[in-house]
Amino acid sequence: MLKAEALDVERIRQDFPILQRKVHGQRLVYLDNAATSQKPRQVIDTLVDYYSRYNSNVHRTVYTLGEEATEAYESSRKKVARFVGAAPRGLVFVRGTTEASNLVRFAWGEKFVKSGDTIVTTIMEHHSNIVPWQLLAKQKGAKLKFVGLLPDGTLDMAQFEEVLKESPRLVTVTHCSNVLGTINNVTEICSKAKEAGATTFVDGAQAVPHMPVDVSAIGCDFYAFSGHKMLGPTGIGALTGRKELLSEMEPFQGGGEMIREVFLDHSTWNDVPHKFEAGTVNIADTIGLGAAVDYLTALGMARVRNHELGLLKYAMETLSKVKGFRHYGPQDVALKGGVVSFNLADIHPHDLATILDEEGVAIRSGHQCAQPLMSWLNVAATSRASFYVYNSYDDVDALRAGLQKARSVFKV
Amino acid sequence: MSASDIYKELILDYYRNPRNFGKLDQFDISAHDTNPLCGDEIDIQIKVGDGNKIEQIKFFGKGCAISQASASMLTELAKGKDLTWTKQLAKEDILKMLGNPDLGPSRIKCALLGMKVLKTAVYGYLGTKLEDQGD
Repeated sequence: MLKAEALDVERIRQDFPILQRKVHGQRLVYLDNAATSQKPRQVIDTLVDYYSRYNSNVHRTVYTLGEEATEAYESSRKKVARFVGAAPRGLVFVRGTTEASNLVRFAWGEKFVKSGDTIVTTIMEHHSNIVPWQLLAKQKGAKLKFVGLLPDGTLDMAQFEEVLKESPRLVTVTHCSNVLGTINNVTEICSKAKEAGATTFVDGAQAVPHMPVDVSAIGCDFYAFSGHKMLGPTGIGALTGRKELLSEMEPFQGGGEMIREVFLDHSTWNDVPHKFEAGTVNIADTIGLGAAVDYLTALGMARVRNHELGLLKYAMETLSKVKGFRHYGPQDVALKGGVVSFNLADIHPHDLATILDEEGVAIRSGHQCAQPLMSWLNVAATSRASFYVYNSYDDVDALRAGLQKARSVFKV
Repeated sequence: MSASDIYKELILDYYRNPRNFGKLDQFDISAHDTNPLCGDEIDIQIKVGDGNKIEQIKFFGKGCAISQASASMLTELAKGKDLTWTKQLAKEDILKMLGNPDLGPSRIKCALLGMKVLKTAVYGYLGTKLEDQGD
């Protein structure tokens, strides 16, 4: 391993049991972190510990197990909120970023979006930050407008400012593109959107796992992210919201836990954030997410970002030397998360991924849940390598060797 | 057989030089489908001749080598056949046509997309219900 790595990758890798396994007899080189991350033993152990020692329902029990579970659940809320600079009472646990945008669609959109309103998003969004707003716009008779990109893969801010003149009701944007890696200046976007009177929603699924994020400094109304992309379990994520806004909103789902009082003809709602957490919540995975946050906090998010910047620079240099390699997204790594989307000669990404799999290298291939962006790039699909804390320069070398093999199989 | 052995000369040849690729000026049947996993797309157009024969057939689309080569080879196989021939067409026929590559459960959908589009097209024309043979 090279000294340039800010993190002790060798030691970190020991924490991830899955990295010990072989794929087709080869060392697993996991480069699909933008899809989901692997889990350290510390997170896995937390789940086992909860189910083995204090499994019980939260917020409604007076016995010891229930008190322990409630304490662990709410302590996880505090940790996760602190991790992103949010107030714990303004942090709602959800299944993931997709559920967060759908929660805002129903609980905020139903009440606040009117016919003829404009909703602004961008063409670099993941489908989870497009489709809920399409559905909302259709239901309400609102217009959905897309901000385009400049040739370097950054947002066209001039076009963004133009569309703000329509006084949109909502501006929704990704913090970091899952395809291009583009890191958007969400602080500037939210400030300008706010001036124009818009409510703001930021999709932080690709940002929170990889760089320091402070939602209060960003100044957004809503910010969403997924636990499974940040070393946590699947099925848990968070939506942060301004408390006043969350209080004004309608509930998302009805059921237990979210109510204060239920009568035959009406009900009243529990306080925020519980108003949005109907039914028995995902206790184990929430506590697991807390453990993931502890793990990342111990590493330090600035160091995580530095580590990925190092890998990104090395990957861009190394891979661009492979004949037929075409990269999509900003060339300036300072504007980019640890994501490299590319194509190789005339090899379709799925064929490439099949050949790389044989070498133990796992990458994403396809439209990456961003079909409007694929159209803008004028490609049907791309391949994507994305990095995390346990990736090393050796992993980049394994990818490069895999690309060379694909060239030889495809005779290019 | 290793994964890279899937990409035999035959498949690469049909991927790079697809036979029957393009559109027909006149056609009686057409269908389109995609493979949501890969984003593979296939369109098939058929001109029906006397006695319900597949007189002319063309395909167009984009996608991986397996989906495109498989669709192209299938059009060659189908040309001149009776429309009802498509009813007995099965997964095994497609795999045999491709030289029995060792495809996993996700990639086999690429190989079968052309057959799915052909069946959709012809069954629609004949008014027959398409049974799911995707897996």
